[in-house]
Amino acid sequence: MGRYVARRLLQMIPVFIGSTLLIFLMMYVLPGDPVRTAMGDQQFDPAIVASIKKDLGLDQPVLLQYWHYMTNLVQGDFGTQISSGREISDVISEAFPVTLRLTLFAFTFVTLVGLGLGIVAGLKPDTLRDRGLLLLTLVLVSMPSFVLGILLQWVALEYGGDTFKATVTDSTNFSELLLPATVLAALSLAYVARLTRTSVAENLRADYMRTAVAKGLPRRRIIGVHLMRNSMIPVVTFLGIEIGNLMTGAIVTESIFNVRGVGIEIYEALLRREGATVVGIASLIVLIYLATSLIVDLLYAVLDPRIRYA
Amino acid sequence: MRGAKSAKWVAIATAVALGATACGGSDDGDSGNKSNKGGKPEGYVSIDVGQPQKPLIPADTNESNGSYVIQSLFTQLLDFDGEGNIVYTNAESVETTDSKTWTVKLKKGWKFHNGEDVTAKSYIDAWNWYANIKNNQQNAFWFQDIAGYADVHPEKGDPKAETMSGLKQVDDHTFTIELKSAIPYFNYKLGYATWAPLPKVFYDDPKAFGQKPIGNGPYTFEKWTPNKLIQVKANKDYQGPNKAKNAGVQFKAYTSLEAAYKDVLAGNLDMIRQVGPTDLPKYKQDLGDGAIEQPYAAIQTLTPAFYSKTFKDIDPKVLQGLSMAIDRETITKTVLNNTRTPAVGFVPPGVKGNQDLGTDVFKFDPKKAKQLVEEGGGVPGNKFTIQYNTDGGHKEWVTAVCESIRKATGVDCVGDAKADFATDLEARDNDQVKGMYRGGWVADYPVNANFMKELYHTTAEANNGRFSNKEIDDAMNKADNAKSLDESVKAFQEVEKKLVEHMPAIPLWYYRINGGHGKNVDNVVVDFHGDLEVWGVTTK
Repeated sequence: MGRYVARRLLQMIPVFIGSTLLIFLMMYVLPGDPVRTAMGDQQFDPAIVASIKKDLGLDQPVLLQYWHYMTNLVQGDFGTQISSGREISDVISEAFPVTLRLTLFAFTFVTLVGLGLGIVAGLKPDTLRDRGLLLLTLVLVSMPSFVLGILLQWVALEYGGDTFKATVTDSTNFSELLLPATVLAALSLAYVARLTRTSVAENLRADYMRTAVAKGLPRRRIIGVHLMRNSMIPVVTFLGIEIGNLMTGAIVTESIFNVRGVGIEIYEALLRREGATVVGIASLIVLIYLATSLIVDLLYAVLDPRIRYA
Repeated sequence: MRGAKSAKWVAIATAVALGATACGGSDDGDSGNKSNKGGKPEGYVSIDVGQPQKPLIPADTNESNGSYVIQSLFTQLLDFDGEGNIVYTNAESVETTDSKTWTVKLKKGWKFHNGEDVTAKSYIDAWNWYANIKNNQQNAFWFQDIAGYADVHPEKGDPKAETMSGLKQVDDHTFTIELKSAIPYFNYKLGYATWAPLPKVFYDDPKAFGQKPIGNGPYTFEKWTPNKLIQVKANKDYQGPNKAKNAGVQFKAYTSLEAAYKDVLAGNLDMIRQVGPTDLPKYKQDLGDGAIEQPYAAIQTLTPAFYSKTFKDIDPKVLQGLSMAIDRETITKTVLNNTRTPAVGFVPPGVKGNQDLGTDVFKFDPKKAKQLVEEGGGVPGNKFTIQYNTDGGHKEWVTAVCESIRKATGVDCVGDAKADFATDLEARDNDQVKGMYRGGWVADYPVNANFMKELYHTTAEANNGRFSNKEIDDAMNKADNAKSLDESVKAFQEVEKKLVEHMPAIPLWYYRINGGHGKNVDNVVVDFHGDLEVWGVTTK
């Protein structure tokens, strides 16, 4: 077990280097120059552009730039932003907590409501409540997040009063984060509910369920332990990947509700060609993906004793 | 079950470890912001102004977010009124007899926010610092007219001197500026925020200063929470004509125009500079008296790349024809939702020298358009492209303009979409535009020269179409050497008439600001480059 984890952790290193190198190269290949772009439409002075690029080391070959970047990164230095001159670690430490709060909020929502609905529907397949749930999730899946976002925003503005805010002005206030989290959660909630429902409905007919009933176990234990544990495997896989998606895929939602999170930050940095910022944030997200996938794999062993890691 | 148990523990431990690091990060990140729960101090007004791109140093800022903050903290020698006339702010007078040597007299008793006197030296030292190539200031080229600029800002290598020979202090409140050659409208250039003075503390640590600037303007700096808020407080001791009429200003960053607009409706924000396209059709009903719609000195053009296969050695008649094939009236009304005014020349209103050109080249006339294009020999290949960036909301009008041209003249026109502004700019800089590109220009100073010399002179940096015509160049140089401002403006008016014959670009429309304010504030006025004058805003 411990060796397995150690091996997985070691494997992260080449994955991390490879992915950062790829992103770094992609940023380099993109047309457009960060220093020049900051000067905009109006008149500018090429001598200043050249001088700033020289100071930043942007005139060096790309692999050398990558080497400098990585050696600094290993020492915990993310570099500074080209135009604002801010430390990228500051930028990240401001944006990440915001996104993290939003993601965790949405994730909790997805897990509780999604699982709940899925179980409720799955236990009595093909009944009215099951059909109703299928319809509801169908609506959620097919509704683009900006439609749902703007709709909820309008409702909040018209009827929300002081409880529901249309935009986020203080991201530490969870009641303001409620709407964006709902929108963010809506899509994955539908998937989780459907996935759980199918899985539960299928396992209801499994042999071990019949055995458990025949043994005379209380219903609570049959559903809570035997059924749930076995039905959770596909859902956990999905949830694990989803946590990464929630973090990075929030650009639309963040922009509608004025949440200054990672999504907006990476998008704006991309438009300004701030390579170091994009790579910095992206590599953190890569790390999060790697970590969640490790946790998911370990959870398999918890859920299903037949799965063992040597 | 042994295997399962240990797996459980490892899984939990990993999750907890990750959670712990994550929470650790979240706590220090935001502890500073909790005190301000979206509210603002009594008497302050708020406006949607995003995170400035650069540190707050006057000569390093040329985008609108940073300019807003800089203009509230710093006051340069002079400013302009709504008609583009000079209003002296920190200067008592700026005078010249030969347009080459200018004498600046400062008002006495002005102080920086830290109590230091604003003297001639504050200006001279600042300008020398801005212009020095070592300091990498984006607007350094603004000082290039001053004698000795080449010494502090050579094209290559290190500067030969620390100071420009053209700047001389006479006494504490008087100094002279000697230019390389006479420029009759040089005093107008001084109205740009880049010419602001700096206090002595700046030179100790310019980097720290950029985060916490000390100026001589109507507001003093209070705090800057990155990506969220910049707050400034009214300067009680300010002596200029633009003294703050409110207690302070909050510049609040929003992730989208729509989000900012929602906050105006909800009463969390006082002013919005631009209403987003989705809200334009209804913002006048929503805001009532608070809706602002006003033209300002900026223009959008279609600029042919005169090096491209299509437009190399093109007959200007063809360009005139294409210009007449564009139904500006309809497009500005429908596609652009009245956010622009159809152009009737190269110089927008509100700029000195704006004139009626008395030509029909900018009028929609499909018949004559087709005739002119044919007379001029047509567009090679009967097809051309318009380059634009897709991240700026240009797609709709480019499509409409193309449609209009196609219908009127039969010349095929297609949009050449670039993914974003950075890509668009690079293609322009490297002479890779295939047909025309979307050009835009906002007045730096409200004189007609600014809309011609900086765009269509052979040596102009922003002349990305590479238009080059000796006759026009000579006429502009001559106008630059005119004896007085009036003569220069008149000479440039003649140049503008000639431009119609040569068509270095097809003017499309002038910009309008479509913004607004909520019920809690009043007296919101727009200045010549489309900025809301925050100092004059009053609370109700």
